[in-house]
Amino acid sequence: MSDIVKLYAFRGSPYSCRPEIALKLKGVKYEFIQEDLKNKSADLIKYNPVNKKVPVLVHNGNPISESVVILEYIDEVWKGVPILPQDAYEKAQARFWARFVDDKCIPAVFKAMVSRGEEQAVAEAHVQMQFLENELKAKGKKFFGGDNVGLVDICASYMALWVGAAEEALGIKLMPKDKFPKLIEWSDNYINCPAVKDGLPPRETVVGIYKTL
Amino acid sequence: MADEVKLHGVTGSPFVCRAVIALNLKGINYEFVAEDFSNKSADLLKYNPVYKKVPVLLHNGNPILESLVIVEYIDEVWKGVPILPQDAYEKAQARFWAKFMDDKCDPAIFKVISSHGEEQAVAEAHEALQFLENELKVKGNKYFGGDNINLVDIAAISIAYWIGAAEEALGIEVLSKHKFPKLTEWSDNYVNCQAVKDSLPPIENLVAFLKKRFSKAE
Repeated sequence: MSDIVKLYAFRGSPYSCRPEIALKLKGVKYEFIQEDLKNKSADLIKYNPVNKKVPVLVHNGNPISESVVILEYIDEVWKGVPILPQDAYEKAQARFWARFVDDKCIPAVFKAMVSRGEEQAVAEAHVQMQFLENELKAKGKKFFGGDNVGLVDICASYMALWVGAAEEALGIKLMPKDKFPKLIEWSDNYINCPAVKDGLPPRETVVGIYKTL
Repeated sequence: MADEVKLHGVTGSPFVCRAVIALNLKGINYEFVAEDFSNKSADLLKYNPVYKKVPVLLHNGNPILESLVIVEYIDEVWKGVPILPQDAYEKAQARFWAKFMDDKCDPAIFKVISSHGEEQAVAEAHEALQFLENELKVKGNKYFGGDNINLVDIAAISIAYWIGAAEEALGIEVLSKHKFPKLTEWSDNYVNCQAVKDSLPPIENLVAFLKKRFSKAE
């Protein structure tokens, strides 16, 4: 019996792209349903009554919400290219950094964007980004996941694409190369991975969204 | 080779308690290293430079951070009593509700406590708690995990114990039986599970701790 996989998402959202990248990495066929965030579908509200947010993965009629929960689900159900490490301790480290990206990094960077690059906001964003920069330096690998893309890389898509798009749209500097050489190098490698390239929205789409901020 | 397990924490924290419950459920021998918020140990700052917070689990010298990450780590390393369901979909549901506790419920509860039961804060907490009340109603089981406690029950320890302690400490009402009959029933069952009972600080101590931490300036 073949799987029916649907993804309710918004192309342009850094959270919606996460399951898309994971599904493409695993070679899973799915139907993409673009939501209008100002006029959410009855289906989305039915499948995610608690948060009413995208992304929602629906697998054979069963809904899974929350982007990181979805990533872990995809990794467990479809074998092949692994998203999480096998080792329990490495897995815990990956989960920790994924949380850090969501709880600290993205909010701080978003604040810096919304403030149009106000000095204090950018300084605070840099404090959080420095942790990721140090992690890449300490690991000494191409990706947070090592030689291949993993959970943390996928969660940090925001840093790889959305930050650059915001810089272009708003004429601000958020991730200077001299301060964050590892993050810049990682971004270039990451967005050029085939599955990632397919799963990310076009850069112009994100630039367009930020121009309306 | 024997495992060396340490847990850096404070007894007044429900997040630390999550890790303690998981360790006790699995019957793991560990050393509890009491931290002082106003004077954090050099070890804590070394092992958790990003957040500088408790709990921190040290397994043979390797640090694991963030309470729910710790609980999942404990479940994977030590077999025996399972904390997460086996089925991938059920596992995803459990993770969703545990995240809901972290993202919505616990912050709302903290706001209620720190505001001494301010009306808007209580209303927001009730909104979050209602989702969990409904989940218990719909599932019709003793615990969020079914017949046995699971990740969600562990994540929700603040509802089962900290709310009651705060109600007593600050003279407020948050979790009334008539509004939340299922959560009230679940709380009673849950705090009486042996592993949980063994993990909770004595109620008088917690009440005193909350009174001291959240007392309004005179």
